[in-house]
Amino acid sequence: MNALVYARYELVRTFRNRRFFVFSLGFPLALYYLTATANRHEQNLGGSGISAPLYLMVGLAAFGSMNAMLATGARIAGERGVGWNRQLRLTPLSTRTYFRVKVLTAYVTALLTIVLLYAAGTTLGVRLGALDWAKMTALILVGLVPFAAIGVLMGHLLTTQTIGPAMGGTTALLGFLGGVWFPITGGAMQKVAEALPSYWLVQASHVGLGGSGWSSTGWAVVAAWSLAAAVLARRVYRRDTQRV
Amino acid sequence: MTTGIELRALAKTFRTPTGPVEAVRGVDIAVAAGETVALLGPNGAGKSTTIDLLLGLQRPDGGTVTVFGRSPEAAVDHGRIGVMLQAGGLLRELSVRELVTMMRALHPRPLPVEETLALARLEAIADHRTEKLSGGQQQRVRFALALVGDPDLLVLDEPTVGLDVEARQAFWATVRDLAQRGKTVLFATHYLEEADSFADRVVLMAHGRVVADGPPTEIKAMVGSRTIRATLPAAPLEQLETLPGVTAAERRGDGVVLACSDSDRAIRALLLAQPQARDIEITGAGLEQAFLQLTGEEVLAA
Repeated sequence: MNALVYARYELVRTFRNRRFFVFSLGFPLALYYLTATANRHEQNLGGSGISAPLYLMVGLAAFGSMNAMLATGARIAGERGVGWNRQLRLTPLSTRTYFRVKVLTAYVTALLTIVLLYAAGTTLGVRLGALDWAKMTALILVGLVPFAAIGVLMGHLLTTQTIGPAMGGTTALLGFLGGVWFPITGGAMQKVAEALPSYWLVQASHVGLGGSGWSSTGWAVVAAWSLAAAVLARRVYRRDTQRV
Repeated sequence: MTTGIELRALAKTFRTPTGPVEAVRGVDIAVAAGETVALLGPNGAGKSTTIDLLLGLQRPDGGTVTVFGRSPEAAVDHGRIGVMLQAGGLLRELSVRELVTMMRALHPRPLPVEETLALARLEAIADHRTEKLSGGQQQRVRFALALVGDPDLLVLDEPTVGLDVEARQAFWATVRDLAQRGKTVLFATHYLEEADSFADRVVLMAHGRVVADGPPTEIKAMVGSRTIRATLPAAPLEQLETLPGVTAAERRGDGVVLACSDSDRAIRALLLAQPQARDIEITGAGLEQAFLQLTGEEVLAA
């Protein structure tokens, strides 16, 4: 068995999907230029201490990569919708490899989104050291773990008809409350935001300030979401396949 | 004789809003390696459920399944079973060749892609996107996906639905060729002709049970029989059943229905024994009809 060949075609499929280009690449990129161009010289966006181009670059990279991760769910729901999961169960492909390939695909597409937004960021004057770029990317990739599990969870819970709006709603809400569009500082909003995984994705931009990026709260929140979503995804997957 | 498939006392009940449905109730089927067996029966006979149980897609409530001496899951994991499911779409956003290549990568000892495409006669449409294929073309792609792992057992659930006559013939020619190479083939169909022409043996199912199991000629004689209906209020069934040419008798109100192996002899004997019989009809039993008769009293209960 050659899982790499299988994964390659899974990727090919994703890149041929129009929805992927619109929501995971086009949308975040357009929104970035729309929001960041006007205040490209703002060095302290909303009191965050971070420049607008950097803050919004990471914010929209977070938004786009969240979308890319959750798009796994749309693919799973689509495959379930046409009975493809039955076909796969009749091949030597193990469940573990199936999910690994799904998550790998999600990460490749998320990384593409991130790199695209980085490139856009540099056109608006974002400048970071190589190490900071790497640290920031690493934080975002870790911060996406819960979204990988949420994607799988949604894919087994929802149908092709319902998953589109559900994904759109989830990313919009988590993006808004996590501070994708503007920094959240102080008050009850801050408390809510800190409990969300999307907030910590956006907070990866703090690397640009020379710090380590996440507080211990950040690591704990991301770990808790990862664990909870993974446990739920596993349970829903089991229930779903038993019924087939 | 090496055992290919062994199903013993297989049972499966589904819970539905209108109460439990016993889809499969005590099915015993043994298929030798290299044999081509047809699973014949009308819709709702339990063929698809039996196939799901055979493949490990569903767990039986009772009984056991072995495929080449292993559990179905193990046989699937070793790439020994190739399956053409009855329904279901194909993965989108890939060409036929890409999809076959992708699925080929999952198998331990697959066939070359081009050979698979040729066997399923897909060369001409190999570069077409799967979402743009006709129903018959999709069916051929499903066939290719069943073959690409070079399995020892081919399971085909209603494989020719949606195929035109020419495609049907080509399909069966390929299956026969594969059977000659030593593959075990189990296919479900509700076409008697297909079972008759392409199987070494026919297993007849109705109401979740195996009602007959034998060479096609034998089954054809049973299923291709005629039926005599007559209004005959007083005649005892036991006596009617013993008439020459009659294989089974059942009562429906004032009427009786006689399943016949030789309706000419049966009608003569009936008129001699029961001169008061009226409203007599002799019909060639359709497959559905024949199945119902073969299942005896359960039909009356239903």
